[in-house]
Amino acid sequence: MTTHTDNLETAKYTGTRVERSNQEVADLANRAYKYGWTTEIESETLEKGLNEEVIRQISEKKGEPEWMLAWRLKAYRHWRGMDPPTWAKVRYETPDFQDISYYSAPKKAPEKKSLDEVDPKLLETFEKLGIPLGEQKRLAGVAVDAVFDSVSVATTHKDILAKKGIIFCSISEALREHGELVRRYLGSVVPANDNFYAALNSAVFSDGSFVYIPRGVKCPMDLSTYFRINAQNTGQFERTLIIAEEGAEVSYLEGCTAPMRDENQLHAAVVELVAHKNATIRYATVQNWYAGDEEGRGGIFNFVTKRGACLGANARISWTQVETGSAITWKYPSCILKGDNSVGEFYSVAMTTGRQQADTGTKMLHLGKNTRSTIISKTISAGRSDNSYRGLVRVMPKAANARNYTQCDSLLLGSTCGAHTFPYIDVRNRTASVEHEASTSKISEDQLFYCQTRAIRPEDAISMVVNGFCKEVFDHLPMEFAVEATKLLGVSLEGSVG
Amino acid sequence: MPAHSPKSRAPKSHYIRDIARLDTSSAPERVRAIRAAGVAAFQTTDYPNTRMEEWRHTNIAPIVGTPYQSLVAPTEHGLTLSDVAPFLLGDGAWTELVFVNGYFADDLSVKGALPRGAFAGSLWEALLSDSGLAEAHLNHYLGPRNTFTHLNNAMLQDGAFVYAPKNAALETPVHLVFLSTAQRGPETAAHPRNLFVADAGSQVTLVESHVHLAGDTPYFNNLVVEIAVEANASVERYKVVREGARGNLLATTEVRQARDSRFRSFAFTLEGAIVRNQMCVALDGEGAECELHGLMLDDGERLIDNAVNITHLRPHCRSRIAYKGILGDRSKGVFLGKVHVLPEAQQTDSNQLSNYMLLSDHATINTKPQLEIYADDVKCTHGATVGAPPEPVIFYFRSRGMDERTARGMLTYGFADEVVSEVSVAALRERLEAYVFEKYSPRR
Repeated sequence: MTTHTDNLETAKYTGTRVERSNQEVADLANRAYKYGWTTEIESETLEKGLNEEVIRQISEKKGEPEWMLAWRLKAYRHWRGMDPPTWAKVRYETPDFQDISYYSAPKKAPEKKSLDEVDPKLLETFEKLGIPLGEQKRLAGVAVDAVFDSVSVATTHKDILAKKGIIFCSISEALREHGELVRRYLGSVVPANDNFYAALNSAVFSDGSFVYIPRGVKCPMDLSTYFRINAQNTGQFERTLIIAEEGAEVSYLEGCTAPMRDENQLHAAVVELVAHKNATIRYATVQNWYAGDEEGRGGIFNFVTKRGACLGANARISWTQVETGSAITWKYPSCILKGDNSVGEFYSVAMTTGRQQADTGTKMLHLGKNTRSTIISKTISAGRSDNSYRGLVRVMPKAANARNYTQCDSLLLGSTCGAHTFPYIDVRNRTASVEHEASTSKISEDQLFYCQTRAIRPEDAISMVVNGFCKEVFDHLPMEFAVEATKLLGVSLEGSVG
Repeated sequence: MPAHSPKSRAPKSHYIRDIARLDTSSAPERVRAIRAAGVAAFQTTDYPNTRMEEWRHTNIAPIVGTPYQSLVAPTEHGLTLSDVAPFLLGDGAWTELVFVNGYFADDLSVKGALPRGAFAGSLWEALLSDSGLAEAHLNHYLGPRNTFTHLNNAMLQDGAFVYAPKNAALETPVHLVFLSTAQRGPETAAHPRNLFVADAGSQVTLVESHVHLAGDTPYFNNLVVEIAVEANASVERYKVVREGARGNLLATTEVRQARDSRFRSFAFTLEGAIVRNQMCVALDGEGAECELHGLMLDDGERLIDNAVNITHLRPHCRSRIAYKGILGDRSKGVFLGKVHVLPEAQQTDSNQLSNYMLLSDHATINTKPQLEIYADDVKCTHGATVGAPPEPVIFYFRSRGMDERTARGMLTYGFADEVVSEVSVAALRERLEAYVFEKYSPRR
């Protein structure tokens, strides 16, 4: 969340600016908060366990319309008949789904008074990532000033967006204000019974973002949950829905480079993208959740269903992800290329260290004529981790002249980790052309030696090689994200290379 | 993900009944032990089904759902030498063994010259002899692959046994002809078992033909082949499948390679109903090398599955996979290539290629080239393509005055010939080239 801003706002992100504005922030903090979630803080946490009654209560507390409750219940009934997926190459103890509280007010961690109370290791990481002081405080759970610093940013942006007719709000708010839109698209890309975790999310999702870009509008800035302060602590079951009408364009950023700690071990988010004719959606994710201790205890389980549908001709959906956190990652951002000439892209860097396990990749479903997809996946394994790429390219009989190019490269650092590739290629049209390339290797001694003769320290040399390896993907991130992602990899690599 | 997937309920009773009909009195102790373990494993494992990752795209329900009657003893084959002559390749110079419905037919076989100590003949006879050679290797290499390999153990009877003694080179190929005839009766299952052992420093070329004189008779062959390539030995093995229009074949080949050994394999699948060739190679000695080629010519409603599994257990081994396929009509092709590199297997060099060409919009190809790697100092790559000849290439041919059909025919032939031309046994290569040419020739 230390991330991207547009140039106009950059000044606000220096530490000095935050310090200087402490007074303003304090004033702000004392004001009644008008954007919605403060009331939720007062509400109690539901008891552990999941049943229809719990879902009714969630829906009621959020003041949802009747159809939404029916939808949730239907998803819940599906979920009850489903088994957790076991095909991924990850090993973990299935969470006890009855031992989770499915509705809780945004968590307030015991507040720390100053940065002195924060784990010095965490501070060190912040320092390396170049996170401004105020930002560090917020991330570490120290007071609230920085959050309110971003309130002003959010408000300014909200005005700009509103002028263009863009809706950018929490999904709860959207349910209240734009119910028909949500009803029309929710579950249209990821059906409620799509898979075990998507069904669970559909039944109990807490909150998330809703974006609607009207016809022909190009969103003037990159949207990020960062600017939507009420996206904080939406926690375990986040639901995101982005709709781009004909000719619309939007770029959305999710996540943050700073290590995020969260008390909830299980995360099961669902993201749905809908791109109509000539629309473009770019979705970038940087994920660095807590990966557990050296033995892998306590890390986050990240089971995400992300899918975008190119409904109209010439639509384009692009996924870019940098995955460095979580104990278990199970994530396959996909594209349904239904419109003729539509384009799907997937650029991914997945890095695992310690005891992390990642099974991630994409699905490209070619349904329309002349559809094109590109998959570039870079995985880096170190420590005792396991990192798998799993991807599906399917060309249906009517997808004449469909094209796919896939490249997945793995880099192994150390002999105790694993790197795997599981591509599935499924072609039912003779005019299709599908290419797949993969390689696995380590950093060569020659490369390291060359750098060392140029007086570059081995750690820096490794970092350079790794960043070069990932460059193709980083090129698709917004600039600020890319700079931080580069630093992030450097930090993650520390201590994992011997 | 379907919830609470129902277990395969297809009955196994017909197989159990036939296992009980086997003659046990004459079977050696070792065979009885293998059969007993096989029965136990067969009863406790499910039939392969599409809910299993490995079989996701290979629907063998027609095999599982048919109550095949298993052959438990050889019957009078009623064939003459002229009946089998069209299947032979060696012009009298090779050792060519004919197996009718899974049982060795001595009277139809040709015995060529073999070096001293070498053996090529019936597995059953070798087991009954007191040399102990076949017994020492039998079932040592086969892993617990699936219900049908367990069934093969449970039904263990005849098949081919070829042994190349230390430092001996078998100068002519050994040709094994597995012939299915209508005389076995409809809906019958045979469970042949082959064992090939190349002792240290030896060299042997094996050709396995799976052919038929069965017309439209529905039948099922459940084949298991074990191959041991000892230190510094070299084995070349060709498998050509031309089963009947309603003949199904499930074949599992398990290879274990010792230090500095070389193994080269070709799998040609040309005809049949459902054909699955599983090839598993364990590189279990430093410096071992394997090279696996495959070609499927798929048309009609046929289903062909080539599953290749290479495990690198030791350092400095080299593996190559190159599988191709041409699919027409409503056929379905599956390729599963898995290279597994274990932590000890440093300096592994592995390369995997699969290329497929679709000739029809109703044909389907599923390819899954996979890598599982646990060692860091390795060089592993894989590549896969699916596509038709690009338009500019066709245009080039047409600009030279060739019509489109001819151009496509030539390109298709060329695509297949890349595999066929690698065959080093001339007699086989010529036959295959003629076959491919005939099949894709525009004059057809």
